[in-house]
Amino acid sequence: MEKLTQLTSKTTVLPIDDVDTDQIIPARFLTTTTRDGIGKALFADWRFDAQGNEIKDFPLNAPDISDCKFLVAGRNFGCGSSREHAPWSLFDFGIRAVISSEIADIFRNNSLKNGLVPVIVDNDTHQWLLANPGAEVTVDVEARELRLPTGKSVTFPIDNFARHCILEGIDQTGYLMQNIDNIGQFENNRMWQP
Amino acid sequence: MGGKTLFDKVWDDHVVIPESEQTPAVFYIDLHIIHEVTTPQAFNMLRENKLPVRRPDLILATMDHSTPTVPINDLSVLDDPAISAPEPAKQIRQMIVNCEEFGIELHGFGDHHRGIVHVIGPEIGATQPGKTIVCGDSHSSTHGAFGALGFGIGTTEVGHVLATQCLLQRKAKSMAVNISGKLQPGVSAKDIILALIGKIGVDGGTGHVIEYRGETIRDLNMDERMTICNMSIEAGARAGMIAPDETTFAYMKGRDKAPQGKDWDTAVERWKGLKTDGDARFDKEVSLDISDLEPQVTFGTNPGMVVSISKPIPNINDLSFNKAIDYMQVKADQPMLGTKVDIVFIGSCTNSRMTDLQSVAKMLDGKKVASNVRMMIVPGSEALKVQAEAEGLHKIFTAAGAEWREAGCSMCLGMNSDKLGKGQLCVSTSNRNFEGRQGPGGRTVLASPETATASAIAGVIADPRDYI
Ligand code: SF4
Repeated sequence: MEKLTQLTSKTTVLPIDDVDTDQIIPARFLTTTTRDGIGKALFADWRFDAQGNEIKDFPLNAPDISDCKFLVAGRNFGCGSSREHAPWSLFDFGIRAVISSEIADIFRNNSLKNGLVPVIVDNDTHQWLLANPGAEVTVDVEARELRLPTGKSVTFPIDNFARHCILEGIDQTGYLMQNIDNIGQFENNRMWQP
Repeated sequence: MGGKTLFDKVWDDHVVIPESEQTPAVFYIDLHIIHEVTTPQAFNMLRENKLPVRRPDLILATMDHSTPTVPINDLSVLDDPAISAPEPAKQIRQMIVNCEEFGIELHGFGDHHRGIVHVIGPEIGATQPGKTIVCGDSHSSTHGAFGALGFGIGTTEVGHVLATQCLLQRKAKSMAVNISGKLQPGVSAKDIILALIGKIGVDGGTGHVIEYRGETIRDLNMDERMTICNMSIEAGARAGMIAPDETTFAYMKGRDKAPQGKDWDTAVERWKGLKTDGDARFDKEVSLDISDLEPQVTFGTNPGMVVSISKPIPNINDLSFNKAIDYMQVKADQPMLGTKVDIVFIGSCTNSRMTDLQSVAKMLDGKKVASNVRMMIVPGSEALKVQAEAEGLHKIFTAAGAEWREAGCSMCLGMNSDKLGKGQLCVSTSNRNFEGRQGPGGRTVLASPETATASAIAGVIADPRDYI
């Protein structure tokens, strides 16, 4: 996993509530057996028309999109299916943080495992971000802080362990493997066996 | 200290290392269900790290999502472009290779128990009260109908469970949903869960594990309980649970993987303790009286955008609402009733079980599917297909003009060959009406099997109470 301590970038804004993972990456792109090039499928049905042409006014088709590493989204972003292809495609596209007033559980969990930072902010900050696309903001994982160009800064919640893994670029499988003896003991000492 | 909830009890029983401020709990998983779509990258991770699968015996493997719903007697059938695109065919073959290489028993083509992940677990008795059950699929909440803790995980976590049989977890909050009242004729468990999501919203359960409680729940059979727990995720919840009771035990007894003989009695004794203590406290409580509940249909592009069938679509007039009704080509203040239907889909892990098929057959018997409608009926598993045919249900379906297909996810998610065309409207018994969920540009109306069947006969969205 890529390390991330803090990053300053412009935002792109998708002001829709309840964006589900079927929109982030439609099911027909889940037939892949790898993760290569999965960013191409990001928001495929909102980015492209039936002929495969870019839909001009969709925010992710903006000419300066490669400068925007943060996606500001409506409430309850990432609801629906547990597909990890959703954070994979965002990350592969170049997005490093998703900012909203609410982010769905499984998506948030999957994001943290891939170095995509879910940033949950209060309603006022959210409204400001929605109203100011292209704002240059800083996501500081170390300080758990989002800093706005207005000088305002807000803290965001991030699990200690997940934060540690993102700061150090640690893969969580390794951590679990270190505890394999405890797991073996647990299996042997259970009151019942599955 | 107060008593424990059902969720507390199952949680506590699986903590290998407790959580602390710095680290999440190492949490043990009793049953891992895997399918072809969310596992290939996890198997690649095992190969890269030269790791074996720790407990192949605790894995239930099948193929359901990208599989065609026509008979596959030989894998070469997958090379026919009319049956499968090359990518899903490759994924299916990769699943077979992965299971062989890592020593996992696969319920593949030709197996009596191939079917939708959340249908076959209960069907073969692997889903049991008190177990922790995960799958790379969010509808793992279905298994909670048995008093298990079932939740969906991502592919990285699939890799964690394959390698260690454990996950890193923080404990979720608890939420009680108390349901009271008796269902009216023509109204079903699907209508209860749709109404609940309409009430609390698609994020009403975020961060919580729901326990469904109350007399109404006790009166439901296992198929109905599964329908309800299945859609917990549509309310944003991590999982949904129902305490096991005599209905649960009667359903499970004698199934292949259920405990047998003396072990059965011991297990039932243990399972009887799996209920919320009288003095336990939930973090959140909601109540729903379903005495006057009508059949429910969705009008928008998430499951919370739902109305009673006799009522008009509300008028909310915000960006998300307008985008949704625009996409659905419906109007605020108009009813869904009478909207022209192209496809009716009976199936998915929400409503493809025996009692669903039976109630569809009862309504279709001697009737015809309207000429403008294609009706697809897809059983949740091969075993269900055999059972339905033994009861002669397939004859009723085909005589009415419906298609009776092989088991799989089928038109629930538009990744195999069963897809909606652009603009087509489908009344579907599945669980998600997101934009394009059933195929790009397709319009999904979620409903019960009864409402779907009434609509198939009428050719427009219809009230099942007029057809029973
Ligand atoms: S039937 Fe639909 S919701 Fe259920 S497991 Fe298959 S794709 Fe997922």
